[in-house]
Amino acid sequence: MNLENPKMSEENSIVTEQFEDAQQQAEASHLGIWTFIATEILFFGGLFLTYTVYRHFYFNAFVAASKHTDVMFGTINSVILLTSSFTMALAVHAAKENRVKKIAPFLALTILLGLAFLVVKGFEYHKDLHDHLLPGANFDPSLPPQAQIFFWLYWAMTGLHGIHVTVGIGILTVMFASARRGKFSGSYYTPIELTGLYWHFVDIIWLFLYPLLYLVQRHT
Amino acid sequence: MNESEKNYLSAGDTVKSWLLTTDHKRIGILFLFAILFFFSVAAVAAAMMRLELLTPQGDLVLSETYNKLFTMHGVLMVWFFLIPSIPSVLGNFVIPLMIGARDVAFPKLNLLSWYLFIIGGAFVMHAIIIGGVDTGWTFYAPYSTAYSNTHVIEMAAGIFIAGFGSILTGLNFIVTIHKLRAPGMTWFRMPIFLWSMYSTSIILVLATPVLAITLALMALERFWGIGIFDPKLGGDPVLFQHLFWFYSHPAVYIMILPGMGVVSEVVTCFSRKKLFGYYFVAFSSVAIAIIGFLVWGHHMFVSSQSIYAGIVFSFLSFLVAVPSAIKVFNWTMTMYRGSISFEAPMLYALSFIALFVIGGLTGLMLATLAVDVHVHGTYFIVAHFHYIMVGGMVTAFMGGLHYWWPKITGRMYPEKLAQLAALILFGGFNLTFFPQFILGYLGMPRRVHDYAPEFQIYNVLSTVGASILAIGYLLPLIYFLWSLFYGKKAGANPWRATGLEWKTSSPPPKHNFEETPVVTEGAYNYPPLNELGESENV
Repeated sequence: MNLENPKMSEENSIVTEQFEDAQQQAEASHLGIWTFIATEILFFGGLFLTYTVYRHFYFNAFVAASKHTDVMFGTINSVILLTSSFTMALAVHAAKENRVKKIAPFLALTILLGLAFLVVKGFEYHKDLHDHLLPGANFDPSLPPQAQIFFWLYWAMTGLHGIHVTVGIGILTVMFASARRGKFSGSYYTPIELTGLYWHFVDIIWLFLYPLLYLVQRHT
Repeated sequence: MNESEKNYLSAGDTVKSWLLTTDHKRIGILFLFAILFFFSVAAVAAAMMRLELLTPQGDLVLSETYNKLFTMHGVLMVWFFLIPSIPSVLGNFVIPLMIGARDVAFPKLNLLSWYLFIIGGAFVMHAIIIGGVDTGWTFYAPYSTAYSNTHVIEMAAGIFIAGFGSILTGLNFIVTIHKLRAPGMTWFRMPIFLWSMYSTSIILVLATPVLAITLALMALERFWGIGIFDPKLGGDPVLFQHLFWFYSHPAVYIMILPGMGVVSEVVTCFSRKKLFGYYFVAFSSVAIAIIGFLVWGHHMFVSSQSIYAGIVFSFLSFLVAVPSAIKVFNWTMTMYRGSISFEAPMLYALSFIALFVIGGLTGLMLATLAVDVHVHGTYFIVAHFHYIMVGGMVTAFMGGLHYWWPKITGRMYPEKLAQLAALILFGGFNLTFFPQFILGYLGMPRRVHDYAPEFQIYNVLSTVGASILAIGYLLPLIYFLWSLFYGKKAGANPWRATGLEWKTSSPPPKHNFEETPVVTEGAYNYPPLNELGESENV
C-alpha cells in the first residue's frame, strides 16, 4: 500500500471513497478483472471439458462432422478478431502514451471489427442451417449420430462466445463515448485497459474454438 | 467531522436509501432479510416432510408432492440460505471492518450481487409457486433433461442468476482482502475469519461458473429436446454428474469454511487466549479450498465410475479430513487452560465443534468405498450432510450473528434467553438427525414418502426433534427483534474482543472508522489470565 501518496487533488473525481489513492484503485481494478477472467475460463471450461471427453469417445464422428463446418468463414473470422485485438491494444497504448485523440478512433475500429465478426458469423449460421447442421429432427442424415453432439457443442460454444463478443461491443461503445468526452488521459485509463483485457480474453477463447471446431484432422 | 454523530443506520431511513445503498453494512442487512425469507420457506418444506414421515404410510402428501418438497428444500437451503449465509451477511458486514477499510473494493458490484440474488430467488420462487420441480437439488440428467414434467428450466435459470451474484461476492472479497487492508494489517495479522472468507471466495469464483455452465447445458438440452447428456446420441449422463459435483463438492466447503472462521473468532474471544497454531489454522483453510476441488468423484462411487478412480477419490477425500481435523485440534488447544465463559456465541461455537466432529467422522465413513456402497442413497447420507450443513454452518451462523449482533445493531440480545436457545438448538438438532444415522444404517432409503413400519420409531424421534429445533430457531427471531428496541446499549466492544471491528463505535459510522486504523500486533492478542476482570481498552 502506498502511504506517501495521498489523494491527488486533480484525481479526486476519479478515486472513489473506499480507496486511498489512484494507484490502489488501479491495482484493485486489475486484480478484479483477472479474477473475473479466471471465472470466465472455468465457465467456458465446462464446455471445453465436454468437448474433450466426446472427442475422445467419438473421434471419427467428430472428424466427419468438423469437415462440414465452413473453414473459410472460420478463418476470416479468426483474422478479423485478431486484428480487433491489435486495434484494441493500440487504443490502450495510445492512452498510456497520453495521445488522447487517438483513443476513440482505435476503439471505434475495434467495435467495427467486432461487428464484422458477428456479421460473418451470422452468414455462417445461415449456411449451417441451410446445410441441416442443427441437431434435431432435420439433422443431416448422412452424418453419424454422434456428429450431433459435435454440432450441439458447435452451436453452444460459438453461441456463448458470440454473446461475449456482443457484450464486449457494448462495453467498447461505452468506452468510446467516454473517450470522446475526454474522460481518459495518460494518468487515468484503467477502464480502457480492463476492457482490453476482457476483449483479448474473448479473442483467446476464439483461438481455441477455431482449431477445435474447424481444423479437426483438416489435413487428411 | 459532523458524521461522527451518525451511524450507518441513521445515515438515511428512506426505502431508496436502502435499496440503492452501496454501504457494505447495509448490503449485509439486505442479505440477512433475504436469506431469512428463503430459510423460512425451505423450513416449511422440511416441516411438511417431517410430518409426512411420522407414519409409514404416505398419508399427508403424494409421492410426487414429496419429491417437489425435498427439491424445494434442497435448492432453497443450499443456494439461497447456506451459501450466502455467513459470506454475504456476516462477511459483507465485518470483512471491511476487520481489515480497517471504508468499504469493499467494488461497492456497486456488491449491490449488484444482492439484486442478482433477489432476481434468481424470484425465478425459483415462481417456479415453486406454479408447480415446483421434482428432480432433487442435483438435477441429474437424463431425468431433468428428458423426463421430468416440472419447471426445471425456470428453477435452473434462477440458480444460474443467483450464481453470478455469488461469483461477484467472491470476487469482491478477494480484491478487498488483497488490496484494502489497513496499514500494518499484514496477511499473518489477519483474523482467521478473513482467511476462511478468502478461501471461500476462491471456491466461489472458481467453482460457481462450472455449475452455471452445467445448469445452462442441462436447461438447453431440455429446451432443445436433444443434447449432449442424451444416451440416444451417445451422450453420457454421468458426465453431468461429474460437472455438477465438480462445483457442488467445493460448494460444500463454501458452506463450512466460513463457519470455521466464525468459530475461530468466538473460541479465542471467550477463552481469552491467542489462537493455538495460527499458521496451521490459516493454511488449513486454504488447504481445504484446494483439496476440496479434487474429491468430487466420491459422489459417484456407484455411478459407473471406474473403481481405480474411486480409490483415488476415496484417498483424496480422506486427505481433506486432515486440515479439518487440524482446526478442531487447534480450537481445542486454544480452550485448554483458557479462561472460558459460556455466552451464547461460545455455546454455539462448542456446538459447532461437537457436531462438526460427528459430521466429519461420518464423512470419513462415507469416503470409504465399501461402507459407501452399503449406505449409499440412505438416510445415513442425509444425516451426515445435515450434521455438516446445519450442525456446522447454521450453528456457526447463529454463533456469528450473536457475536456480531451488538456491532450490527448497537444493542445486546438477552443473554440468558440466548443461552437457552443455543441449548435447545443443540438438543433439537441431535434428536432430529442422530436417529437418521441409524435409519440409514438399517437401510431406509432417502427421498421416499413411505417406508417399512420398523423404521417408524426413529422417524417419530426425528420429527419430535425437528419440532424442538423449530423452537430453537423461533426464539432468537423473537428476542433479536425485541433487542432492537429494548436491548441494552452495547458500546463499542461488549466482548472486550480484539480485532479492528471492535475499535469503532456500535453501530459503526457510515465509513466505518473516523480515521484509518494502524495495526501494530497480530490477531487475538488477548491479555494474560490475571489481567481479566479489569475493563480495559483492547
